[in-house]
Amino acid sequence: MDITDFYDTFFEEAEELLADMERHLLEIDLEEPDAEQLNAIFRAAHSIKGGAGTFGFEVLQKTTHLFENLLDHTRRGELTLRRDIVDTFLETKDMLHDQLDAYRNEEEPDQAAFTRICQTLQQLAREEIGQELEEAGGASGGAVSSAPTEPSEPQHPDEPCADSDAAEAPMGEQVLAVALLNVGEKDRGLLVEELGQLGTVQDQQGDETCYEVKLLTSVSRDDIEAVMCFIVEPEQLHIRPAEDEENIPDTPLHASQQAKSLKPSAASPKASETSGQSATDNSREDGKARTKKAKAGGESSSIRVSVDKVDQIINLVGELIITQSMLDQTVSELDGVKDGGLLNGMSLLQRNARDLQEAVMSVRMVAMDYVFSRYPRLVRDLASKLEKEIELVTEGESTELDKSLTERIIDPLTHLVRNSLDHGIEDPDIREAAGKPRTGRLTLSAQHQGGNILIEVIDDGAGLDRDRLLAKARESGLSVSDTMSDDEVWQLIFAPGFSTAKEVSDVSGRGVGMDVVKRNIQGMGGHVEIMSRKGQGTTTRIVLPLTLAILDGMSIKVGGEVFILPLSTVLESLQPSREDLYAMAGDDVVLKVRDEYLPVVAVHAALDVEGAKTELNETIAVIVQGEGRRYALLVDDLIGQQQVVVKNLETNYRKVPGVSAATILGDGSVALILDIADLHRLSRAKKEAQRPRRASTDYETLFRKEEEPS
Amino acid sequence: MTRLSQHADYAASEAQNREFLVFSLGEEEYAIDILKVQEIRGYENVTRIANAPEFIKGVTNLRGIIVPIVDLRIKFHLDKVEYGGQTVVIVVNVADRVVGIVVDGVSDVMTLTPEQIKPAPEFGVTLSSDFLSGLGSLEDRMLVLVDIDKLLTSEEMALVERTSA
Repeated sequence: MDITDFYDTFFEEAEELLADMERHLLEIDLEEPDAEQLNAIFRAAHSIKGGAGTFGFEVLQKTTHLFENLLDHTRRGELTLRRDIVDTFLETKDMLHDQLDAYRNEEEPDQAAFTRICQTLQQLAREEIGQELEEAGGASGGAVSSAPTEPSEPQHPDEPCADSDAAEAPMGEQVLAVALLNVGEKDRGLLVEELGQLGTVQDQQGDETCYEVKLLTSVSRDDIEAVMCFIVEPEQLHIRPAEDEENIPDTPLHASQQAKSLKPSAASPKASETSGQSATDNSREDGKARTKKAKAGGESSSIRVSVDKVDQIINLVGELIITQSMLDQTVSELDGVKDGGLLNGMSLLQRNARDLQEAVMSVRMVAMDYVFSRYPRLVRDLASKLEKEIELVTEGESTELDKSLTERIIDPLTHLVRNSLDHGIEDPDIREAAGKPRTGRLTLSAQHQGGNILIEVIDDGAGLDRDRLLAKARESGLSVSDTMSDDEVWQLIFAPGFSTAKEVSDVSGRGVGMDVVKRNIQGMGGHVEIMSRKGQGTTTRIVLPLTLAILDGMSIKVGGEVFILPLSTVLESLQPSREDLYAMAGDDVVLKVRDEYLPVVAVHAALDVEGAKTELNETIAVIVQGEGRRYALLVDDLIGQQQVVVKNLETNYRKVPGVSAATILGDGSVALILDIADLHRLSRAKKEAQRPRRASTDYETLFRKEEEPS
Repeated sequence: MTRLSQHADYAASEAQNREFLVFSLGEEEYAIDILKVQEIRGYENVTRIANAPEFIKGVTNLRGIIVPIVDLRIKFHLDKVEYGGQTVVIVVNVADRVVGIVVDGVSDVMTLTPEQIKPAPEFGVTLSSDFLSGLGSLEDRMLVLVDIDKLLTSEEMALVERTSA
């Protein structure tokens, strides 16, 4: 392994830094440049220079050196930014990018372009600050020989490596003590080798938690750190002149604790006990803490990753979980005393795997703000179009939801918002007459509840009109009665083609929509609830699972087959007694549960499972609810509850009736996840098909006759 | 010069040669383009799918991917359909999908020259000649060259949902 192995890391980092730099350059406010942003730009240039010097990318190093000096003048307010200067900086950034690409392709960068950009920068310096910029060191020397000139470059308090003591002694060699904290043996060898290239290693000693190397070198501390940072975290590294060794161990414990709090993963628990000799002093540590914070603010704290990559990781973690539970099953048969170590290891693995899974899942989560932020504009436009006064309030913008769901929620939610604005909130005059403020209020809120997210669209408008809904339903031929509960009446608006709007506007009212909203939401594994009070407003609540990738499931057994029920659909399970089962119209059966009669669906009948228990009172009835429909599902046995990784069946196969997806069980076999609402439809369709054909045609003609006269 | 042109000829014919994986269904020998084959594995742990055609045996877990398993013997109306240690699943990649097909055994990989591939005659009630890319003749053997792409994506296999909506 040699230094070229780190080229790629450098290229990637440099690319990110350049992208960052560009972003800051574009964002910067010329009137009042933000000091933090100027610093960020400077730091980006500085970091690239450090890396370029280390790896011997001379042209890149020299260009960034000039650039960095200019930027330094900028951030110290000696050079006032103007649009054309920013343009020049952007051009320089592009040039750096070209140079980087050249090095990446193992070519020498364009010398003419390099000369040109140097001249441009020099000229800028002459004109604006009246001084030549220092050229970076000798052409032949590469990293090491150019380093001594570096300390002459002014240091800034925010600069990561700008420690106040004598480390930056401009010239000549000095002995530095480089302490490596918690660096594994493999990396340590590499680092020592690396140090050997920067100077003469005089002495090395220590253990894993703190390994100290004495180095006679002319390279500045900055540069050493820049080299090392490609291998280890900055917190793992402490460099100081070897002379002031005596006054170090004042507060080592304190310091190392701080180091831990900065970067918990970098420090092992051992650190606080053994790093007594860890060479660091308190003030420096504090300085670093400050810099770290500043860094997080100024530099990019996020990366863009394609969803495919994230999904791949999620899949792999899913596999890991499955493998882990497979192992778990095997190991659980072992003797707890003899194989205690293994069992402990397994439970640790289980915990780690779960944590990993949670962490990975959280990568996919985005804040609801992503969705809500598109409504202020829409509401404003619509309100002026409808000549209504509307105030939009959003709550719970930081509630997180799976990215794939946020994208799919936008359309239905937009529809609900438009509906509320158009039909819900009244005209200002009407509102005033009803004693309400002229300005209507539309609230969008999101909150977590268990494994679900509740998204609500609340308006303080007129509310739904029960009588009109019923009248409209009768008109469109739906079977309704006056005794229906409010809930049932509100559900009517989800019927296809149903609209109560008095006139069709171009905002809404054509009656296509609410059924689509409902279908979309159900497609995401959620449901819609409506609460409304006349004159006070309507609340539409969307309940969605947080993620589609993992499901809390209840595994059930029917015959020899295992199925998964989504736990969110399961209300209760019970052993039905014969007295509570009533036959109805031949082959239909209903189950009486606490004064409620529920239709019964036998899984074995709907899914043709052989060898299932057919005696009704031997089975177990699971009361389930899906799409507002409640029924009893007959199964042979309940196995247990478990989280399952949802696998799409449609990737390689097709939609299966009564089944929403599949998952992989602990033993590696596939189990199907049942779709409660679809299963009910399937069971009805099956019974329909089994009925003697003549009877059904008779029914049909009978119905037709009845309908004709009306 | 002649050697050169010979060489070119050889390379050209080489390019037209195609490799096939030969498998047996009962007594009959079939072959599919080897490039479609992802892997070959045993028949085990298949989860039945309700209300699917009889020849779709179900789905199985292929390292975390849910893969449908089709039994070509049932599809081609073979008399004897048994599952044993010799029963093999050929996992193929077709139209961005992964599908496993159950066969009685895999015999070998054959290279066929264009001359050895004869057009398939018009026949077939159970196996339409649309799904054949030809017949391979090898001395005394005849290989039925199946166009596995067309077969598995066809309507009658009911593997792929038609985007009708």
